[in-house]
Amino acid sequence: MNNISLFITGPVIALALAAGIAAVKADPVDDTLTIDGKEMISRAKAPEGHPFDEVMSGWLFRTAETRALEADTFVNPGMLEVEEGGAIWNTVEGTAGKSCASCHGDAAESMKDVGANYPKWDSDSGRPINIELQINKCREKNMGAEPYAFDKGGQKALTAYVKHQSLGTPVSIDLGQGEMQNWWDRGKELYYTRTGQLNLSCASCHEANMGKMIRADHLSQGQINGFPTYRLKQGKLISVHNRFRGCIRDTRAEMPKAFSDELMALEVYVTWRGTGLSVETPAVRQ
Amino acid sequence: MRLGTVIATLAIASGVATAAVAAEVAPGDVAFTDDGVAMSLTGTAGDPDEGAKVFKNKKLGNCLACHANTAMEKELFHGNVGPVLDGVAGRYSTEQLRAIVTNSKQMFTQDTVMPGFYSLEVGKDVTKDLVGKTILAAQQVEDVVAYLGTLKE
Ligand code: HEC
Ligand code: HEC
Ligand code: HEC
Repeated sequence: MNNISLFITGPVIALALAAGIAAVKADPVDDTLTIDGKEMISRAKAPEGHPFDEVMSGWLFRTAETRALEADTFVNPGMLEVEEGGAIWNTVEGTAGKSCASCHGDAAESMKDVGANYPKWDSDSGRPINIELQINKCREKNMGAEPYAFDKGGQKALTAYVKHQSLGTPVSIDLGQGEMQNWWDRGKELYYTRTGQLNLSCASCHEANMGKMIRADHLSQGQINGFPTYRLKQGKLISVHNRFRGCIRDTRAEMPKAFSDELMALEVYVTWRGTGLSVETPAVRQ
Repeated sequence: MRLGTVIATLAIASGVATAAVAAEVAPGDVAFTDDGVAMSLTGTAGDPDEGAKVFKNKKLGNCLACHANTAMEKELFHGNVGPVLDGVAGRYSTEQLRAIVTNSKQMFTQDTVMPGFYSLEVGKDVTKDLVGKTILAAQQVEDVVAYLGTLKE
């Protein structure tokens, strides 16, 4: 019964309790994320209509140890799964006898910067599509393979592999496509809706209390530019919808299904809230 | 279910008789006035030691998630979403503290992020097994209020 434990306790962070518990230092750090020599945009001017002046990567809110793990792809533990994704890319599956590479060739070229612009509008299904669903679409339509179930098979690894081809590229989604604006509206409404017995919305934690400590956790803006992220606590890649579901569960509410209209709307809106931040996949978090 | 068991166990441990439970004020019937909540929710005096346990327990009050409290210095990780509770008994009367813990929205504003611990004014889509249930039992609220009463400068 995980869902009645209010807040996630992270690994033991050496908080300066000695300095007096009231004076816990909890501002985002003034530091620059450079991955393999390439500078990431971890602070950006917020787009028009955003509640903050500046959008900030969750990286700025993590401990020095966690931050260092992300700055070097050789030590980033999430890279193992990204490499697995690379192997899946070249693996033939399904009745058409094809791999991703059969059609898309070298991902470094064909998938470069693609992930930075998702979710996109998908006119076939009449709803927004994220990388996970686009992969499933290609598996079904183009490969004659079964779609992956949520977080199963190679879904997280392949999604991370595709997203990693946008490392450093600023997040930007086109709300002019199809009905994207309506989904953004719906996502915004959900972001401010209080849920569960604890009666909290995403904004209660990630907007009103951004930068504060909630028990052992330093509250960030709840950005998704680094997903799938490698979570040290779980020791594996965590998908965006898994993270959304976890945060909703922690308010003691029923969780919407992965890829449901609710979570797709939330993904569109939360992606927009991170406009301008570099894609960091696979980011490392506590 | 587990929460229920915990509550039942606590109730027995602190010697709350069934009769006292029956005399409880229901969450919807708590009377808030400008002075707070005057009447005890149970008629049984709160136990500050039990209150300290509820305060700390992550599955019950989890007050430290949002509040620092120097009296609990030994506990790791105090949040700072809400104010430091040192000396809170000097800032509020018992009636006001009871109101804050019962349903903070009545004392502060509707926008407060502090949960109402004995209130059914909750968010959408509450986990099925918690529908109609409050975070704390009435006696646990009384115990926490008694504990807060010990936090003097
Ligand atoms: C038979 C050829 C074929 C195969 C095999 C295939 N795709 Fe595709 N893929 C396409 C075509 C055509 C499109 C563009 C139209 C569409 O959305 O279906 C596309 C689009 C995409 C896009 C969106 C690109 C963009 O610019 O938005 C991604 C991402 C993608 N595929 C990933 C994959 C992955 C990962 C695999 C392996 C699991 C795969 N594809 C297998 C043909 C294929
Ligand atoms: C009770 C407070 C709370 C609420 C409510 C909450 N979260 Fe979180 N969330 C956290 C904590 C704590 C973390 C881990 C530390 C951090 O990054 O803020 C977190 C992390 C995240 C992350 C990962 C950030 C990163 O950098 O990897 C995302 C994304 C997120 N939350 C989205 C949401 C969304 C969307 C909602 C509403 C559906 C929500 N959260 C509601 C507390 C909350
Ligand atoms: C999710 C965060 C959160 C939790 C959990 C929480 N509080 Fe609060 N609390 C707040 C905030 C925020 C305020 C400030 C009031 C406001 O403006 O919303 C507050 C205010 C208070 C105050 C008034 C303090 C003052 O000096 O004005 C008391 C007393 C209090 N809380 C007690 C408790 C107790 C006891 C618990 C546990 C049973 C608890 N709180 C749990 C967030 C929280």
